[in-house]
Amino acid sequence: MAELPQAVRGFSTTFFTMFRKVNTEQYPEDKDKYPPKPAFHGRHQLNRHPDGLEKCVGCELCAWACPADAIYVEGADNEEGERHSPGERYGVVYQINYLRCILCGLCIEACPTRALTMTNEYELADNSREKLIYEKDDLLAPLMPGMAEAPHAMVAGTTAKDYYEGKVTGATPAQLEEVAAREAAKAAAQAASDAAALEQVADVDALGVAVAGAKSKYAANAKEEALAARATDAGKGGEQ
Amino acid sequence: MTVTTPATGQALPPVELVTCTIDGIEMSVPKGTLIIRAAEQLGIEVPRFCDHPLLSPVAACRMCLVEIEGQPKPQPACAVAVGDKMVIKTQMTSEIADTAQRGVMEFLLINHPLDCPVCDKGGECPLQNQAMTAGHAESRYNGVKRTFPKPINVSAQILLDRERCVSCARCTRFADEIAGDPFIELLERGAHQQVGTADDQPFDSYFSGNTVQICPVGALTSADYRFKARPFDLVSTPSTCEHCAAGCGLRVDDRRNKVQRRLALDVPEVNEEWNCDKGRFAFTYLDTDRITHPWVRDEDGDLVPASWPEAIAIAAEKLAGVRGKVGVLTGGRVTREDAYMYGKFARLALDSDDVDFRSRATSTEEAQFLASSVAGSGLGVTYADLEKAPIVLLVGIEPEEEAPIVFLRLRKATLEGSTKVAAISSWASPGFAKTGGTVLAAAPGAETEVIEALATNAATLSEAASAVATALREPGSIILLGERLSAHPGAISAVSNLAGASGAALAWIPRRAGERGALDAGALAGVLPGGRPLTDAAARAEVSAVWGTHADALPSQPGLAFAEVIDAVLTPPIAEEPAPGTEADDALIIAETAVESAAVATDSDNEAADAAAQNAGIDADLEEPEPRISGLVIGGVEIDDLPNPDKFREALRDVDVVISLETRLSGVDAYADVIFPVAVDTERAGSYTNWEGRVRPFGKILKDAFTLTDGRVLAMIADQLDVNIGTGEPAQVRRELDELGTFSGPRVAPPAVPAQSVSTPEPGQAILASWRHLLDLGVLQAGEKYLAATARPAVARLSGATAAGIGAIDGEAVTVASDSGSITLPLLVTDMPDGVVWIPGNSPGSEVNSSLAVVPGAVVSITAGGAA
Repeated sequence: MAELPQAVRGFSTTFFTMFRKVNTEQYPEDKDKYPPKPAFHGRHQLNRHPDGLEKCVGCELCAWACPADAIYVEGADNEEGERHSPGERYGVVYQINYLRCILCGLCIEACPTRALTMTNEYELADNSREKLIYEKDDLLAPLMPGMAEAPHAMVAGTTAKDYYEGKVTGATPAQLEEVAAREAAKAAAQAASDAAALEQVADVDALGVAVAGAKSKYAANAKEEALAARATDAGKGGEQ
Repeated sequence: MTVTTPATGQALPPVELVTCTIDGIEMSVPKGTLIIRAAEQLGIEVPRFCDHPLLSPVAACRMCLVEIEGQPKPQPACAVAVGDKMVIKTQMTSEIADTAQRGVMEFLLINHPLDCPVCDKGGECPLQNQAMTAGHAESRYNGVKRTFPKPINVSAQILLDRERCVSCARCTRFADEIAGDPFIELLERGAHQQVGTADDQPFDSYFSGNTVQICPVGALTSADYRFKARPFDLVSTPSTCEHCAAGCGLRVDDRRNKVQRRLALDVPEVNEEWNCDKGRFAFTYLDTDRITHPWVRDEDGDLVPASWPEAIAIAAEKLAGVRGKVGVLTGGRVTREDAYMYGKFARLALDSDDVDFRSRATSTEEAQFLASSVAGSGLGVTYADLEKAPIVLLVGIEPEEEAPIVFLRLRKATLEGSTKVAAISSWASPGFAKTGGTVLAAAPGAETEVIEALATNAATLSEAASAVATALREPGSIILLGERLSAHPGAISAVSNLAGASGAALAWIPRRAGERGALDAGALAGVLPGGRPLTDAAARAEVSAVWGTHADALPSQPGLAFAEVIDAVLTPPIAEEPAPGTEADDALIIAETAVESAAVATDSDNEAADAAAQNAGIDADLEEPEPRISGLVIGGVEIDDLPNPDKFREALRDVDVVISLETRLSGVDAYADVIFPVAVDTERAGSYTNWEGRVRPFGKILKDAFTLTDGRVLAMIADQLDVNIGTGEPAQVRRELDELGTFSGPRVAPPAVPAQSVSTPEPGQAILASWRHLLDLGVLQAGEKYLAATARPAVARLSGATAAGIGAIDGEAVTVASDSGSITLPLLVTDMPDGVVWIPGNSPGSEVNSSLAVVPGAVVSITAGGAA
């Protein structure tokens, strides 16, 4: 057979490959089709007790175990009325630096309260170093049904040991009330400060003071914000 | 210091040795050595909890069981002394000892909560460590553990978690044997044994923090360090305490450039292994309200932030304008190196000898005493000497309040039985009572009489005083002199004289860490570094050789001391009379009158006078006499430490130029033209000289800090003034100080100021006695709420008769008043001379300087009840 030109031979490979089964997995379009294996070591999570209190006691054993020095923890005392975990101690600062973390899992083995576990989330990329230092808020497990956002008191009549032994199964009405009251107080305080801002704007209007430059800009912003806040408040009122 | 301890000439008795065998190794140790200590010498570590080398043996924890041949059961190594021919086997070679130790560990862990993750001791816990080396991996105990409510406060600062306690009794032994504050004790028996306090008496000891350090488990923790860090977070650096003249070694632990806690370092010749709570817990000030950049005052009189070059240029320009008329006032905050730079800066850059480190009540008598007997005298009386002295006489000092480690040594010495302590004081303070000494009662100011009587050892002396006078003449006896005595003219001269007459060694103990170092470094008018008298030409030549200047460059006349500088600002010299009939016209006379009235009038009057002078069409400056002091360089002066704070503020207001070098806004800033931020101890290297004369160096702790030292800032200003005073870096200064050494020539004569007659209070009046509590309103204790809560309560003390004289009742309010203000405190009737009232110097509700503006020894009025 006469020598085929090399180009034709080369393209024949391309041609036949077009009819083979495709192995490429489309990421990110089809990523849900190919979930990681259940035991995959992904991003960490700080777990909660069934009533919403944090399991982390801020003991720093994870930081101690970490071979990459990726974890930074500061412990603090649970004050009365500001309880984040059962017992005396909780982690007030909890950071994992995913630029350093090698996802080895030694930290979760060290954790004495099973507060720290690993999820299957593997998308740990971002466009700045700061964003890759995950804070406690980023790591805390979401609230599940029946949980109340910490801080709140422990279930009445229980001890830290009861939590550890799994005797607490969910937030009690008292705990839910406490958290609701706190949220309401917070909202009221916010409304009050908004109202104050509105009043300030009203004063400015009443006096008809022409404020130049940044000052007037600030006043205008404050006015807009105040008005918006009032609108939102009115909306909420309507819903109730 | 004036007189060194005479050589005793006694040979030490030969030490009797016994020979034993430990783990097959034969060794000889002095008779009475405990087995555990002997094993340590061989490098064999027997596990232990209760054993502490500075506490008496109790064998409470039973952890150190070892096998002794011939004994039926294992014996505690911490309580059995080595006997001759004794054959000892530790856990290294003996199955019996090893089994016994593992058994004890299992027992200790039965009731231990194993809550290591939430325990502050976790990671540095002897129980954790020894459970690993000498414990079983599994517990055979399945019952219910003994539980207690989680931590209880034995004091505001100290927390006790009784579950974790292994009943080793280290804390209770420390409180009883070392501090003498037996406020904690083992209560109950058997499994219920626990450490506790009496209901009405918290563990408010000045040394309570040591119990946290020596607790071998996490039973005692401090509120201050609670849950703050783990051992592996911390960078530990050895350092020196800045709170008093004791010079304790400290271990400073920082995490990410923030100090988390401080511990006592084992420095056997100084603080042994102890320190006081102030040294341990008072460090919040290090990063509270710090100044972070220079400030300068603009044309409108407002302070505005400035760059370093700008601030240095302005400071140099202002100082150049008043050169030769500048007072350099510094305080106890400064290190030896920085104090040296203040002195050098004053003398070379400012042509002034008006430099003083004593920001407190002072006298020229004291300055003369320091120049003659203390400055550059090197290591004098030491802590070890205190332990060997037949008698230690305290004059004008309360060791527990002012130098707590001196108190601990005195107590140790008195408990050993060889040393007696006596004090010339108005009453026996709680600390003094713990040393079991004799008080020779004297009202403030009347000490001089007692001292003079002791010097003559007259037959008229009381029995107690006579015993003291006799003991003082024994070799090795010591007189400790406090800084407070400078308020009473003649007292220091009398003490100096007493030391000479009796042969006792004399040591000066200032209250602040930096004072002795500042004195040795020459930050005092008339005293050059190394104790060289400024008036001595040879001394000046030595210094100028090292400083690389011409000998004439140094001032040759002694300058003004602290109080004199203030006076020089407030009372300028009177103008010379203008020649009559020459150019004296009416306007000039008006101006002159105005100026003279200004000299004695207050500030507002002064302005009026200036205005009057200007109205008269005359430039007042032309006629105003040349003031002696027109500028002040101030570093480390706390205004309320001065006997009359308002007077100092007035001086600051009146003076033309004020340059302030401060770590935080101190009150001087309100009057300063330029403010420079300077380093605190964690940010600089340096050294303090403690009262013994021992140099206690320390290094920089926070590696990332780049704050400049006082010395460095002064050097930069000097550069701008075109004067070379070196770089001011601590290392360079230390080399210079070493090169200078001490002076071998003649010193100035000790002071011989005659005693002043003691004022006699009228009815309704009393002589003020006062000293400061260890824990008070001092600025270095700012922000320490737990520590402050353990302070002694402020009370006024009167004798029963004096109290009855004004109708005051024990426990009810008494008001002490001077012309400037009043202080009202609850009365505590005390055994003390009549006609004397004692109040704490700087405690909440009792700030003597700022309220009363008088020094101890002054006559104040006392009335029953609150202030009118």
